[in-house]
Amino acid sequence: MADILGAPVDEEGFLVNLTDWTKDIAVEMAKGDDIDLSDEHWEVIDFLREYYEEYQIAPAVRVLTKAIGKKMGKDKGNSKYLYSLFPYGPGKQGCRFAGLPKPTGCI
Amino acid sequence: MSTKKFMYLNRKAPYGTVYALESLEVVLIAAAFEQDVSLAFIDDGVYQIVDGQKTDGIGMKNFSSTYRALGDYDINKLYVSKESLDERGLSEDDLMPLVYEDEDDDWAEKPSVFVVSNAELSKIMSDQDVCLSF
Repeated sequence: MADILGAPVDEEGFLVNLTDWTKDIAVEMAKGDDIDLSDEHWEVIDFLREYYEEYQIAPAVRVLTKAIGKKMGKDKGNSKYLYSLFPYGPGKQGCRFAGLPKPTGCI
Repeated sequence: MSTKKFMYLNRKAPYGTVYALESLEVVLIAAAFEQDVSLAFIDDGVYQIVDGQKTDGIGMKNFSSTYRALGDYDINKLYVSKESLDERGLSEDDLMPLVYEDEDDDWAEKPSVFVVSNAELSKIMSDQDVCLSF
């Protein structure tokens, strides 16, 4: 099985054990996708982790967009902004960097 | 894509079988396709949304907090059988106070849980396009 900094990941690159997550793993995953994590990325990653902590699920992208908009304003709560940060999808790619499972219902 | 009315019937206790968790996952997937989704809790299914669940002793993931996310998915019609609550010595006060935020009403929090009689519930069920039982 593949691993990132020693933490096993599945065939799509998601962490197998969610408790393995560290910020270094997120940075390393992003590097693999040619992304340098900025404060804006971390804002979303932190939000995803908080959402998971509270509700025990990775939010669908529609729910994420709405919730970000409510918390951080409309200029961030839109798919154009979120896709500019996470070109492979704020749900799928964002959740992967955040060490969460793939969002429920995500194909 | 046209919208259909989907109702998910939950009749089993949350732990011990996988029905409750599977139902919840299917509900979230259906919501991602923007269908009109409602849930019904009947028989031991009412235990799924009882407040203060603790699963430490049985070594299972406590997924009850996920019901509180349903509002974010625009799922805000959770019907609970009054008879099933009565038979188990439960009342609405024993259930999680599930709410949703109404986008069209300045994000006002509104209740998602409706305790209804079995007669009312059967009327609501006959109004659905699809009923799935778990």
